Amino acid sequence: MAKKLTGIEIYKLLPRTNCGDCGFPTCMAFAMQVAAKKAPLDQCPHVSEEAKAALGEAQAPPMRTVTIGAGEHAWSVGGETVLFRHEEKFHRPCALAVRLGDDLPPGELQGKVKEASSLRFVRIGQEIGVNLIALEHRGGDFPTAATAAGEATDLPLLLMCEDPEAMGKALESCGEGRPLIYAATPENLPAMGELAKEHSCPLAVRGTGLEELAQLTESLKGMGVEDLVLDPGTRGLLPTLTELVRLRRLALEKTFRPLGYPTLALAEAEDSFDVLAQGVAFVCKYASVVVLPPLGPELALPILTARQNIYTDPQVPNAIEAKLYEVGSPGPDSPVLVTTNFALTYFTVEGEVERSKVPAYIAVVDTEGLGVLNAYADDRLTAEKIIKTVKEYGVMERVNHNKLIIPGLVAVLRMEIQEESGWEVIVGPEDAAGIPAFLRNEWKPN
Amino acid sequence: MGVEVPDVRESWPQAIYTVTLGATPEEGGTRTKKITVGGERALPFHHFDGEIPHPPVVAMEVWDIPGEDWPQAVRTPFADVMDDPGRWAEKCVEYGAQLICLRLVGCDPAGRDKGPEEAVKATRRVLQSVGVPLIIWGCGNADKDNEIFPAVAEAAQGENCLLGTITEDNYKTLTAVATAYGHKVIAESPVDINIAKQVNILAMDAGFPLENLVIYPSSGALGYGIEYVYSIMERTRIAGLRGDKLMAMPILCDIGREAWGVKEARAPREEVPQWGDEQARGPYWEAATAYMYLLAGADILIMRHPEAVGAVKRTIAELMGEGA
Repeated sequence: MAKKLTGIEIYKLLPRTNCGDCGFPTCMAFAMQVAAKKAPLDQCPHVSEEAKAALGEAQAPPMRTVTIGAGEHAWSVGGETVLFRHEEKFHRPCALAVRLGDDLPPGELQGKVKEASSLRFVRIGQEIGVNLIALEHRGGDFPTAATAAGEATDLPLLLMCEDPEAMGKALESCGEGRPLIYAATPENLPAMGELAKEHSCPLAVRGTGLEELAQLTESLKGMGVEDLVLDPGTRGLLPTLTELVRLRRLALEKTFRPLGYPTLALAEAEDSFDVLAQGVAFVCKYASVVVLPPLGPELALPILTARQNIYTDPQVPNAIEAKLYEVGSPGPDSPVLVTTNFALTYFTVEGEVERSKVPAYIAVVDTEGLGVLNAYADDRLTAEKIIKTVKEYGVMERVNHNKLIIPGLVAVLRMEIQEESGWEVIVGPEDAAGIPAFLRNEWKPN
Repeated sequence: MGVEVPDVRESWPQAIYTVTLGATPEEGGTRTKKITVGGERALPFHHFDGEIPHPPVVAMEVWDIPGEDWPQAVRTPFADVMDDPGRWAEKCVEYGAQLICLRLVGCDPAGRDKGPEEAVKATRRVLQSVGVPLIIWGCGNADKDNEIFPAVAEAAQGENCLLGTITEDNYKTLTAVATAYGHKVIAESPVDINIAKQVNILAMDAGFPLENLVIYPSSGALGYGIEYVYSIMERTRIAGLRGDKLMAMPILCDIGREAWGVKEARAPREEVPQWGDEQARGPYWEAATAYMYLLAGADILIMRHPEAVGAVKRTIAELMGEGA
């Protein structure tokens, strides 16, 4: 299978005339630059179309990126480069879809579409939510239902119908929004491929077994349809997980082009815990689109959170804006707590302050995303910095006491802050979990 | 015909250590059941790569004092037994616990400050009440744990319990008493793969066999740092499978304590109506946390809510290919 080409391999594709028109003295020098991705191949005005094709193919990323939808809510999936997030990161959060049937009366369908579209939450300052509405043909009037669903949501659609005629009609009204068409199968392949081409829509492909799937994608590629999403056709947790792992390895470790596309998995189960297990598993292990049954916020929130966690960049400290935060509606009597701008630290502290039901100010020191102990060890949480930050926020002028609560883990800073600032410095709990008891039992403004 | 798909199976040079907990009367204990974890020569549930001889197991948590800070949703199933560790443990076994994790919270000097005699009493009570193997977890205060564990380990002599935890700064007492009384040990590290390895080296240098250790890399709840632990666990497991004998231990995750500490599991509906019903939300949060850790390589999960425990056990069976 095609791999990244070396300088020598690229050299062999060039005219080998050393004409210098590319700006480099020799074809070899130019080839080395192309291999290092420092010069584009078309900088050589004499390069053949064959060479371009060969090189383009070889230099394409191992997994294609596919965009579903258009406009504000368009969602790109795939383009992944690693099997384990610690090796780099997972790049494009998988799309989560909620699956509804065309057998519902249009009014009821629209209600459910709206309900699913509104599954949105804010966590760690990010909005997380459902990305696609999946409409499945279940014996109803598919084109009419697709139109109704499209009217009821801004989210892109995932159209699930294997009858090309009904799909074609649905695309006449919804095709503009670039829905994901599901699915091309051995039975309907050319017709579905034509529809995807005609409407410039991404196309899901379902095969029985990866061999069949690879054949289907090769046929579609031959038709010029390349925005593909792969459904290995398995159902249930273990079989699907197994195929998703194989697909990811094939794409990235083997650079196996016929399966170098994003993937799709259906979570289907009677029991809601089993839906949760499948949802979480497919998010963690390699699905690019996870299709879920209709679900309430209790079930959507953990799956959305799992996605947010897994797609966090492990190399970037998760930081929030360093500023003065207010929990509840703090007044002159309210306590002032100091913490760091590591998102996890801050949100844990915030959660515990909320739980205490004591309104409070939280003065967040910019520690460049480090937690309390790391920041202290790294000199990013010092007495001087705490004083400077608290003064800058002017929070001590808003309260009628002069008490400052510092994290228990930096109790050692107490005297220095106290002497330098004149505030009364109180050492808070070492663990955020102790905050509610601390604020309720020990906090007194005067 | 057509396209040939390359083989992507991977084989790993080293299996994870096999750890058995519990001892029957013939072996010098009183357990009616034993539990074996580890032994896998594959990433989690990657059966196509290599053998996974033992499924992950679920332990349920019992305290030596009532779990007063447990939210209502998870206290209710134990409401009538929380004042008695023995009955509490029995109830857990009824709910499907494969192990009991007795947590000696009451010994914490910042709390009830119970002494070694009381810790021994709770340990004996649980041992007498159930036949499953035990995990015994200290109060987390290093000095106090060193005071109670010699007595607790002796009281459970021969039962082949899993005692925890040892840390980089405190490992001598626990490894010594575990060796003396026939127990295994949990090696704790603060979400840091280098320290995880370091604790294992310290235990080994203290004469404790590596194959009697279980790694506890710290746990975080879903939404609260789980991604850090998830990646540390994946790295640890890959290192172990690749041949690093200092990282080839089974991994333990402390799920219930973390999951039930966060707002998403605890907050009542009135506070956050957009999150839905907390009676369902709490168990889902705990189960979802468990599912993620299973995929990262967990061999032992410590959990709380009976519904979440039942669901996770069912999922484990499914992931082991035992029917669906």
